[in-house]
Amino acid sequence: MADKKKKPEIDARFKKFGTVSFTATTKVNDFIDYLEDGKVAGTRCKTCGTYYFPPRSQCYKCLDKTEMEWFVVEGTGKLATFSELSYAPVGFGDDLPYAIAVLDYGDYKVFGRIAPKVPMDQVAVGKEMRAKANRLPNGQLNYVFEPA
Amino acid sequence: MSQVGIIGVGQSAFSRGYPGSIRELAFEAFQEAMMDSGVQTTDIDATVICSSPEYDKQRSPAGVIAEYCGLTPQPTFYTETLCSSSSTGLKLAYALVESGLHDCVMVLGFQKMSEISSAESQERMGRGADIQWESPFGTMMPAYYAMHARAYLDHFGVTEEDLALIRVKAAFYGQKNPKAGFKKVVDLETCLSADPVSKPLKVFDCCANADGSSAIIVASEKKIKELKNEKPVWILGVGAASAPVNMAGRDKFHGLRAAELAGQQAFQMAGLKPSDISVAEVHDCFTIAEMMAYENLGFAKPGQGKDLIRNKETYAEGSIPVNVDGGLLSKGHPIGATGGSQIRTIVLQLRGEAGDMQVKNPKYGLVHNIGGVGLYGNVTIMGV
Ligand SMILES: [Zn+2]
Repeated sequence: MADKKKKPEIDARFKKFGTVSFTATTKVNDFIDYLEDGKVAGTRCKTCGTYYFPPRSQCYKCLDKTEMEWFVVEGTGKLATFSELSYAPVGFGDDLPYAIAVLDYGDYKVFGRIAPKVPMDQVAVGKEMRAKANRLPNGQLNYVFEPA
Repeated sequence: MSQVGIIGVGQSAFSRGYPGSIRELAFEAFQEAMMDSGVQTTDIDATVICSSPEYDKQRSPAGVIAEYCGLTPQPTFYTETLCSSSSTGLKLAYALVESGLHDCVMVLGFQKMSEISSAESQERMGRGADIQWESPFGTMMPAYYAMHARAYLDHFGVTEEDLALIRVKAAFYGQKNPKAGFKKVVDLETCLSADPVSKPLKVFDCCANADGSSAIIVASEKKIKELKNEKPVWILGVGAASAPVNMAGRDKFHGLRAAELAGQQAFQMAGLKPSDISVAEVHDCFTIAEMMAYENLGFAKPGQGKDLIRNKETYAEGSIPVNVDGGLLSKGHPIGATGGSQIRTIVLQLRGEAGDMQVKNPKYGLVHNIGGVGLYGNVTIMGV
């Protein structure tokens, strides 16, 4: 009997992103490797200089001239806005209470969560924070914002 | 350019748990609009069916609903822009008629949200945002608008009490609207002491899901003359814009860019300015959404929307009455039907048929209908 034809393996690394991921595979799956390595990364098109966060592999300005590279989100950003949720969608109830937020790094902004250990009475718009890779209790990966 | 007018409007009651199927729900608005306009199904050249499909078990509902309403074999189109689906449908109908392709088009919006649980519904609505990069953090519609609220309140020094005043107004008018899902008066104290949903938004800052349908019949000037329709409301300006879905892509949070752009387009097309508007319907899925709308539409300068509500300028007797049908906060928010319901309210106002909610001698009316968290913005200006 002939060998069973091997199916090409699907690169589904993105399943690991967040408490519940709604996307299995993307051309920026390396984002997950950066998180595993303790880093939050975006992409930058070398051709036009545009920073992309969230990262993307395609540049709508440069099309076939695109040369995309990864960069690590470093330093601090200013908290642009945030909200603490009292209710969660299906699958996120165990995380409550948690806060979602936007950090403004100047060249780009980052949407994410505020680290659960940060007391909410110490969080205000304008606060300097940094994005940090994080492993969730269920083994999934995300990133959280901590005070600078 | 010849004019395009609205010759018939209809709406079902908005409620929790409609005891019927989606085609029956859609039919309620269809029937009312047909009777309102006096046209026959043979007068209608095409339909635009509007809803957000993730609530429906039926795939491609447009054909099913068109058939049930006796509107086959005419062509039918399906539009979806989340909560602004039926004002997007109106813009499409306008284009179809203005281009000369069709003379008379029905826009039929519907949503039956009660078949899934509130938590499931919130999760689906959250997926109206960026599912790849935001949803894995556990996002919901109230949380997104709450982020806009946090930024807005901090940026302009506006208070949660100012937001609550918007709910008090909505509740005041909701009790006058026979088709509203929520008809109770709400006082300021009740709003302020309610449990948080997503800070700073509390229970009464948020509208409720509902089942409902709306229908608008649009016709060319020529067709309106043929039909001898005596009370057309003319569509004077239609603006529409989109904005980045991910919050990280937004340049500011104390307003909605898509609403600003859509408003500017609609005013320019109509040759009017904000002070010309006699009555407006704005998308108040949350109190903060109405506050931002005051400013994004130019009824108030940035940061001064609070003065409009504090001084009751957006009540029926004020300088710019807004949501005097109770808004989404009182009516409820059946996604695909909402925009059409807003348009119906303005059409009734401009005809002088708004009953207890009627404002005095309105000449121009405006509808601001937002899809997602400012992902889509539609502004429609009408006049008589
Ligand atoms: Zn580029």
